[in-house]
Amino acid sequence: MNAPSSPAEAARLHAEFVKGLWRENPVFVQVLGMCPTLAVTNSAINALAMGAATTAVLACSSLLVSLLGRFIPAQVRISTYVIVIATFVTVVDFVLQAILPDVHKELGAFLALIVVNCLILGRQEAFASKNPPLAAVLDALGMGLGFLFALLCLGATREVLGNGSLFGIDLFGPAFEPWVVMVLPPGGFLMLGLILLLFSWRLQRRAAAAAEEKR
Amino acid sequence: MSDFELPPEPGSTRLVATLTVAGLLAGLLLASTYALTLPAIEANAAAALQRAVFQVVPGTTAMRKLVLTGGRFVPADGSEAKDAVAVYAAYGDGGRFLGYAIPGQGPGFQDTIKLLFGYDPQRELVVGMQVLDSRETPGLGDKIFKDPAFAREFAALAVRPEAVVVKHGTGTLPNQVDGITGATISSKAVVRIVNERCAGLLDKLPAAAEVPPAPKEESR
Repeated sequence: MNAPSSPAEAARLHAEFVKGLWRENPVFVQVLGMCPTLAVTNSAINALAMGAATTAVLACSSLLVSLLGRFIPAQVRISTYVIVIATFVTVVDFVLQAILPDVHKELGAFLALIVVNCLILGRQEAFASKNPPLAAVLDALGMGLGFLFALLCLGATREVLGNGSLFGIDLFGPAFEPWVVMVLPPGGFLMLGLILLLFSWRLQRRAAAAAEEKR
Repeated sequence: MSDFELPPEPGSTRLVATLTVAGLLAGLLLASTYALTLPAIEANAAAALQRAVFQVVPGTTAMRKLVLTGGRFVPADGSEAKDAVAVYAAYGDGGRFLGYAIPGQGPGFQDTIKLLFGYDPQRELVVGMQVLDSRETPGLGDKIFKDPAFAREFAALAVRPEAVVVKHGTGTLPNQVDGITGATISSKAVVRIVNERCAGLLDKLPAAAEVPPAPKEESR
């Protein structure tokens, strides 16, 4: 991987990295990868671990697909991507079991289900296979961190409301009556709905402001 | 992706070859990761089990695995069947026998609950309980392992003839467990697992005098 040769190139790479964080956030804007988003965000630490695992898988897969993309015939590309992704997911699974057994226990089956996170396959198909390795990895890191950020938003709010704690640290003391529904599956839908509402409201307002300016 | 135009078909040999190579490389990577991480994973599992045994039988400093063969428990020597029923004899300072740590499992509210409980044959009491693995509802059923008050219910629990779950705050007798409000099924499941295990195994456990001595090298 060569260092960016010109300021324009550097700016482009920077843009590839940044877009996933906010403007094209995989959860809030593209609404991809809803299964882990809803299932493992009942606590901040779970959300963080799932986001980090997904980012690692995404970055490794994007690098490999970008390097090998032109050797893979188009007819079998999806199957090959799935093999690549499944391999990295299993590697992450083993590594977590070896070094962070508690986190592995918490994530359980959802770790293996990273394979079917359409965010990852989507990035391979839409970006990594058509771009050089450096750009592909930056794009993957941006998308992965954007995903992590979104999961953390959900996980933190759900844990605070539903359990009265953040990262396992009690916030309100025994007087707080937790909204148990927030850590149950319906709470995931409620919270995600609220956050998406906020996002589209912001977008709408911005579009309205831009239209106002033009006039 | 609908506007993606497939280039001319490259012939099935090439397609098969690509997938074969991908599969082989993936297999190679997985096999090496497995080989690299296996010792750490096994060490983690052993350490977790040891921590659990030390916790459910208070005061434990050493343990020995016993397996059920031919109707009686004998020290495990590695030759036993993999699915043999196992208990762990727990020893305190100076190799004094304290009790048994007995693993058990059974259906919970959502999935199998796996747990370990300590049993003191001299006092005929359950002396501790720890849930090892479960998928109970977060915020409700998971209190079977998150609520320290529930674990304390097992600190001195009579299990002969059997332990029973009562409404939270009403337990007075030694064989009564205060259930968790909102998690009745999970609380009952835990007590049922303990009861079933006791009914099946307690009579087969070696009496305190016949327990094999503590292992020489005291592991902590």
